[in-house]
Amino acid sequence: MKRLLIVAALLVTAQTAAPPEHPLPDPAMERQAQSLMHTLRCVVCQQASIADSQAEMAGEMRALVRTRLAAGERPEQVRAYLVGRYGPWIDFRPPISAETYLLWGAPLLILGVGALAVRPLFRRKPATS
Amino acid sequence: MSRLGRFALLAPLTLFGAFIIVVGFGLRHDPHHEVRSALIGHPAPAFDLPGYDPTHPGLASSDLAHGNVTVVNVFASWCLPCRVESPQLAMLASQGVVVHAIAIHDTHDGLASFFRNYGNPFRRIGLDDSGKAQIAWGSSGVPETFIVDGKGIVRLQHIGEIRADDMPDLMREIARARS
Amino acid sequence: MITELGHLALWLAAALALVQTFAVGVGLARRDPALIALARPAALAQGLLTAVSMAALFHAFATSDFSVKIVAENSHTMKPLLYKYTALWGNHEGSLLLWVTVLAIAGGAIALAPNRLGPRFKARTLQAQGAIALGFYLFLLGVSNPFARLAPAPTEGNGLNPVLQDPGLAFHPPLLYAGYVGLSVAFAFAVAAMLEDEVTPRWARAVRPWVLAAWAALTGGIAMGSFWAYYTLGWGGYWFWDPVENASLMPWLAATALLHSVAVLAKRDALRAWTLLLSVAAFSFSMVGTFLVRSGVLTSVHSFAVDPQRGLFLLALLGIYVGGALTLYARRATSIRAGATFDPVSREGALVLNNLILAAILGVVFLGTIYPLLIDLAGATPLSVGPPYFQATVGPLIILLFLALGVGPLLSWRRGGTRGLPTKLLAPALAAAAAGLATLLLARDPTASAVLGFGLAAWVAFSSLVILARAPKPTAPIVGMTLAHIGVAVALVGITAASTQTQELLASLHEGQSARMGSFETKLIAVGPIAGPNYTALRGRFGVSRHGEKLGELMPEIRTFFAPVQDTTSAAILSLWDGDVYVTLGQPTGNGAWQMRLSFRPLVTWIWTGGLLIALGGLTAGFAGLRVRATRPSGYRASAPAWSAPLPVPAE
Repeated sequence: MKRLLIVAALLVTAQTAAPPEHPLPDPAMERQAQSLMHTLRCVVCQQASIADSQAEMAGEMRALVRTRLAAGERPEQVRAYLVGRYGPWIDFRPPISAETYLLWGAPLLILGVGALAVRPLFRRKPATS
Repeated sequence: MSRLGRFALLAPLTLFGAFIIVVGFGLRHDPHHEVRSALIGHPAPAFDLPGYDPTHPGLASSDLAHGNVTVVNVFASWCLPCRVESPQLAMLASQGVVVHAIAIHDTHDGLASFFRNYGNPFRRIGLDDSGKAQIAWGSSGVPETFIVDGKGIVRLQHIGEIRADDMPDLMREIARARS
Repeated sequence: MITELGHLALWLAAALALVQTFAVGVGLARRDPALIALARPAALAQGLLTAVSMAALFHAFATSDFSVKIVAENSHTMKPLLYKYTALWGNHEGSLLLWVTVLAIAGGAIALAPNRLGPRFKARTLQAQGAIALGFYLFLLGVSNPFARLAPAPTEGNGLNPVLQDPGLAFHPPLLYAGYVGLSVAFAFAVAAMLEDEVTPRWARAVRPWVLAAWAALTGGIAMGSFWAYYTLGWGGYWFWDPVENASLMPWLAATALLHSVAVLAKRDALRAWTLLLSVAAFSFSMVGTFLVRSGVLTSVHSFAVDPQRGLFLLALLGIYVGGALTLYARRATSIRAGATFDPVSREGALVLNNLILAAILGVVFLGTIYPLLIDLAGATPLSVGPPYFQATVGPLIILLFLALGVGPLLSWRRGGTRGLPTKLLAPALAAAAAGLATLLLARDPTASAVLGFGLAAWVAFSSLVILARAPKPTAPIVGMTLAHIGVAVALVGITAASTQTQELLASLHEGQSARMGSFETKLIAVGPIAGPNYTALRGRFGVSRHGEKLGELMPEIRTFFAPVQDTTSAAILSLWDGDVYVTLGQPTGNGAWQMRLSFRPLVTWIWTGGLLIALGGLTAGFAGLRVRATRPSGYRASAPAWSAPLPVPAE
C-alpha cells in the first residue's frame, strides 16, 4: 500500500513535470539537437540550459528543437527562431554586434595591450654568448 | 618614469575604480530578468489552435488582424493568479474589448470548472497542449496578456496577472493601439 | 552558554585585529619595539579565538540549537550529523565565519613562521593581515552575525537544501576557502614589501611557500567542487561557467601567474613590479569573487540569499583594501628600480608569455561574467554570456598556453637562443604526433578537437619528462613542477575525452526491457520506492553489461525531500578503468515505461586526478623546498645588493 501511495504521489507530481523525451531516431541529428540545447537558456530557471533543466517549459522547447531539426531546419535556423521569440537573452552565445565588440575582441585586445606593457622588460642589446 | 611605465602603474587602479562604479550601480539593479517576448512591435506569430466548444472556437493568427484591437490572454485553469485577474478580464470584455485566450496544457473539465467559478470573458479559446503556441508568442509563463492592434502587430506584453490598478494603463494602451 | 562564548570570542578577535592594525601601525611609525612586539601574540590569539568561535557554532548546529537563527534556517533535527556540521558553511553568515577563521589562522601561521625578513617586516605583514581581518570582522558582527538569535526559538529548523547534503560538501568549502583566503598572505606580504621597500629575491623566496600552499588548496577546492557537481547534478556536467564558478577561477588564474612570477623574482630578480601587482591581484580577485557571490549583483545557482545592504558593505571593504593596495602600488612601484632584463626568447620570456596568456584568460572570464550586468545598466537589450562564449575565447588561449608550456621550461635563463631546442623538443613532438595519429585511427569519434587535445596533452607530458630527465638533480621544485605540468596534461586528456568521446542514450524502458548503446547494454530490472533519513525516493535498478559481460547494477534515484520540499535526481555512476558509466532515472512515460539516460564518459575522472596531481606538484615544490632551505645556514645579509645572483639553493 505504501509503495502504491508513493508511486501515486510521484506520478501526480510527474504530471506537472516535463513531457516525456522522444530523442530523434537519427543519432547524428540527436547529437546536433543536444549540442544546440546546451546553448539555449531556460526561461524559467534562469541559469540552466534547456538541456539541463527539469522545468516543463524546457521540455517543450526541447521538443520544439527536435521537431524543427527533424523537419529539415538547420540548428542556426532553430536558434534564430527562438531568439526571434525571446530576444538574444535566450542564447548563451552572445551575438556579435556593436554592443559586443569589446566582449569578443577581449582576448586579442588584452594580449595586445599586455605585449606592449611587457616590452620594457626585455633586453635592448642582442645576446652575446 | 616613462609614459608607458606610468600607464602600467595607474591602469590597474583606474580599471578597478571603473569596476567599483559599475557594480555600485549594479547593486541597485535586480539581475533577475522577466523574460520578455521579442515580438513587441512585430506581427503576431503564425499559429492555429483547436477550440474549446462550439461557442468558443479555436484561435489562429488569422483572427488577429481584422482591423480592431484584440487582447490575447495566455492562461490555464490550473493557474492560481489567473483567477485573480478574471474580474479585470471580465471588465474588459464588458466594455466591448475583444478578449481571446490561449489555454496552456489544459483539459476540457478543468476549463469548464474554471469558467463555472470565475466566468468566461473570452470570445475564442485556443487549446495549446504542446506549448508550441506559447513559445511562438515568446511567452514564458502564465498568465500573460498581449495587446494586438488592428493590423496584427503586437503592441504590449503584460507579464503576470492583471490587477485592478493595472487597468488604467492597460486601457490607455488599448486606446493607443486603436489609433 | 557555549554559543555566547563563541560570540564573545569573535568580538575579542575583532578587538585584537584592531590592536594589530593600529597599535602595531603606531609602533612601526615610531619604531617602538614594545608596540611592534604586540603583533605576534595578537595574531596568534586571533587565530585561536576564531577557532573557538567556529567550534561554538559547530556545537550549536550539532545540538540543533534553533535559538540561533542560522541553525533554525539551515538545519533540521532529522538531518544526519555530518550534514548538521556542514550546514555551518552552507549559508552566508556561517561561510563568512569560516572566511575570517581561515584569515585569522593564516595570520597565526605567519606569526609562527620563521622570520626571514626581519621583525619589522613580519610586524608589517601582520598589520596588513590584521587590517583585512578587521574589516571582515566588522562586516560579520555588524550585518551578518552568525550568532544572531531568534526569540522565541522554533522547535524545528527549515532544513538544508538537499542538493547540498552530500559528502563532497563537507570538504569543498573549507578547502576552497583555505585557497581563496590563503592568498591574503601574499597580499599582506606585498603590502609589507611596498611599505618596507623589500621587493627583493629574498622576499620572493619568503612568500613563495605561502603562494604555493594557497594555490594548491584552491586547485584542490575547485577540482573538488567540479567533481561534486559531476556526481551530484545528474547530467554529467562538471563546469558551467556560472558566475560563482568563475569567481573561484579568477583568483586561481591570478595565483597561477603569481607563482610563476615569484619563481622568476626569486631566482633572477626580474619581474619585480609584475610580481607585486599579481600578489595584490590574486587576493583582490578573491574579494571581488566574495562580493559578486553575496551581493546579489549577479544571478547564479550557487549564490547565497542576497541583501543589497551587505553588498554595499562588501563593496566598501573592497574599495578600501583593493583600492588602497593599488594606490600604494601606483605610488611605490616607481621607486622600484627595474629588475634584471632578459631576452624575449628565454625562460623568463616564456614565463612572461605564460603570464600574459593567463592574464588574457582572466580578463576574458572577468569580462564575460560581468558583461550581462554592463549591458543591463547601459539599457541595451539583455543578453547572456554562457559556455559557448567562454569556450570560444578561452579555448584558443589554452591551446597557445599548452604550446608554450612544452617549450618554455626547456629554454635557458636570461640569454636567448633556440640552440639545442629542436633536439630537446624531438621527443615531445613525436609523442604529440603519435597521440594525434592514434586518435585518428583508434578513437570512436576522431574529431579535430580530439586530435588537438590529445596531441597537446602528449606534447606537454613528454616535454615535462624530458625536463626532469635532463635536470642535473631532481630537486623538489623540479619534481613539483614536473608533477604539476603532467597533472595539467592529464586533466586535458580527461577534458578532451569527456567532451569529444562521450556516448549518450535516451530511452524509455519497461521493467525487464533492454537498450543498447555501442558496446554497452542496459536493462531496467525494476523501479521501486525507498525511504532515506529525510527523504523518500524512487529507485531504478539497472543492470549494465559490456560486450555481453555483466558490469554491475546501477541504482539512480529521484529523491523527494520534505524539509524543504524539493526533488533531486541522484545519478548512479560505475567507474570502469577507461571511463564512467552514468545512469539517471527520468519521468514515467504514462504507459508503464520509464525514461532513462545512459552515458559512457571515457577517462572523465582524469580531470580530477589531474587536478590532484597539480595540487600535489605545488605542495612538493613549496614545502620540500622549505625543508631543504631550513637546513642550510641562512646567509642572506641585509646589505646584499638586489642585483647579486642568488645562492645556489633549490635550483631549477
